[in-house]
Amino acid sequence: MAYRTYLMVCAGTGCVANQSMKIKERLEAEVHKRGLQEEVSVVTTGCNGFCAVGPLMVVQPDGIFYQLLKETDIPYLVEEHLIKGRPVKELLYTPPTEKVPIPKMSDIPFFADQTLLVLRNRGLINPEKIDEYIARGGYEALAKVLTTMTPDEVIKEIKASGLRGRGGGGFPTGVKWETCKHAAGDKRYVICNADEGDPGAFMDRSTIESDPHAVLEGMLIGAYAIGSSEGYVYIRNEYPIALERLHVAITQAREYGLLGTKILGKDFDFDIRVVRGAGAFVCGESTALMASIEGRPGEPRAKYVHTVERGLWDKPTCLNNVETWANVPQIMLRGSQWFSSIGTGDVSNDPWGGSKGTKVFSLSGKVNNTGLIEVPMGITLRKIIFDIGGGIKEGKKFKAVQTGGPSGGFIPESLLDLSVDYEELTKVGSMMGSGGMVVTDEDNCMVDMAKYFLSFTQTESCGKCIPCREGTKRMLDILEKITAGEGTEEDLALLEELSNMIVESSLCALGGSAPNPVLTTLKYFREEYEAHVKEKKCPAHACRKLITYAIDPAICLDKGHGCHVCAKNCPDGAIVGETKQAHAIDPMKCNKCGICYDVCKFDAITVE
Amino acid sequence: MGKMTIEDLARIRDAARYKIALRQGAGRVKINVHMGTCGIAAGAREILTTVMKEIESRDLHDVIITNSGCAGLCSQEPMMTVEVLGEPAPVKYVFLTADKVKKIIDSHVLKGLAVKEYALALGSETTR
Repeated sequence: MAYRTYLMVCAGTGCVANQSMKIKERLEAEVHKRGLQEEVSVVTTGCNGFCAVGPLMVVQPDGIFYQLLKETDIPYLVEEHLIKGRPVKELLYTPPTEKVPIPKMSDIPFFADQTLLVLRNRGLINPEKIDEYIARGGYEALAKVLTTMTPDEVIKEIKASGLRGRGGGGFPTGVKWETCKHAAGDKRYVICNADEGDPGAFMDRSTIESDPHAVLEGMLIGAYAIGSSEGYVYIRNEYPIALERLHVAITQAREYGLLGTKILGKDFDFDIRVVRGAGAFVCGESTALMASIEGRPGEPRAKYVHTVERGLWDKPTCLNNVETWANVPQIMLRGSQWFSSIGTGDVSNDPWGGSKGTKVFSLSGKVNNTGLIEVPMGITLRKIIFDIGGGIKEGKKFKAVQTGGPSGGFIPESLLDLSVDYEELTKVGSMMGSGGMVVTDEDNCMVDMAKYFLSFTQTESCGKCIPCREGTKRMLDILEKITAGEGTEEDLALLEELSNMIVESSLCALGGSAPNPVLTTLKYFREEYEAHVKEKKCPAHACRKLITYAIDPAICLDKGHGCHVCAKNCPDGAIVGETKQAHAIDPMKCNKCGICYDVCKFDAITVE
Repeated sequence: MGKMTIEDLARIRDAARYKIALRQGAGRVKINVHMGTCGIAAGAREILTTVMKEIESRDLHDVIITNSGCAGLCSQEPMMTVEVLGEPAPVKYVFLTADKVKKIIDSHVLKGLAVKEYALALGSETTR
């Protein structure tokens, strides 16, 4: 008998880490115990996107959204919802600023303002079942392409759609395919770049986890267009769930003959191999990635000759990012016109003339609704952060958003109404990047944040070229100096000079974009740098060497009656005073950890 | 299975399509069986099973079956509400039995003709 209800349990990495598989087992056990196994089906899906409230589950067809589930909630939930038909209020989502819970997923602002194209199957299919992908129109685009279109027509359609690389560069995909198709060579390769390494980025991982076949189908269509019979997916080994689902998907596609020879009975052969990366950031760079597949050290090369001409094993190679590939089947199925109707600009004459389609972002940092979102190009940053993201945590003040990961830049509040597209983001000194979006609030020191991202790129620099290897190291030294209160005004000028030198002379984009966080913070938050070097103060109170904690004796005694909680919690024994007396901090012993500040219920502790 | 043809693809798609459509909350008809304590005591579980069996045996793929709590008319249980897309108002049926359910499905769900003699009232509630 068909099921009346589906319990769609999120099995993305975030929810699995929060024990969603135990929730699933418990649900199955309870459903059995109640004799509902013929009526109710428990389905595991890819990442639902609302990672902030996982482990989560959606009850379909009602569309009821349950969040923050615990194993112990399950028996009650099954009895109430599945037997008595009453959604359990306590397990529904309530927006942080409101009191009434929202039962339906489609009414929750986080979901309501998104446009799902790449992630259209998320939460609806079990990513480990090819039949469910096919049921949602999967491999239909491939069938259409193989039966009704020539390779040139496919390329023309992709060009007309205005699709541009989602991995960061924003290169027009159709132009890349066309160049690769016409490059001289007896063999051609397609590669899917799933080496996602930016801190705070998880778009590619989640896309593969929720819909691996969309990526495979995109690669198949690309291979047909450029005339390739061999493809690679280069994916980080630290993505175990994505890796597993990719293997399952490839195995199932092979069983169905959707990978292999004479695909769908046509004269088209193609197969895909998975290569696991060891987790070096630089291997996300195309030439380093290809070197890594070949078994050589993952280092980039100068690109006088592009990889579309001579890439993997010196053959013409077409490399696209996970999200770019996942866009392809939808474009072929629904047409370039439909795709180019979403987004900004005009691509009818110039492939660089606009940003079309949607973009997946991983929203993280100090925002209420952290998670994975997909939005149309041209949306404003304000809408992403305050509507979908639900604003800043604990009602604090927004300071800046870092887009594009360590290669991108910080964008201040004055630019929040900026249209999110390739050109606008680059204009303000940041970039689209692969889609990481880290939100910072008033408690984040911009110098410290720049230092954090630079320390990442510095550590990940492969060391092949001097500007990146030595330059980022010297920049980091200067930032260390500034955050320790030892910086001078000349240091700021030197930082800028070094940044420009590195941008201009680095071998690859890793070095070429590494100074962006520093350049943008210098541009938009120069007063914070100046406070550090001139007044030796950290306005956000984040740089430990520049702050001092003190106890206001009057408040401590009058309001707190010398409660002694701070002294009990101080790991350094730096707080003196007995219960019912005013307390004080011994600056010689204080390590500035801020624990006393957090535990004091009477706001008696000040930080300067 | 062996190598797939384009016809196989369409076959698999059609076979699994309805299942997926229900997961998206898409359907022409929504049947809501009231399952408060009162409903269950009066036999709502049997009604729900009957609804599912009858929908299955008629091979209907556009009917969403769901359940809700007590509707406040405990004396007239078991009850269910039938909502057909495009009809001005849902219809609430009372004092149900398996036979009545069959008739309601044949008439209301399949032909769009509400079974007035089993109905409590027209236009009493919306569930979506």
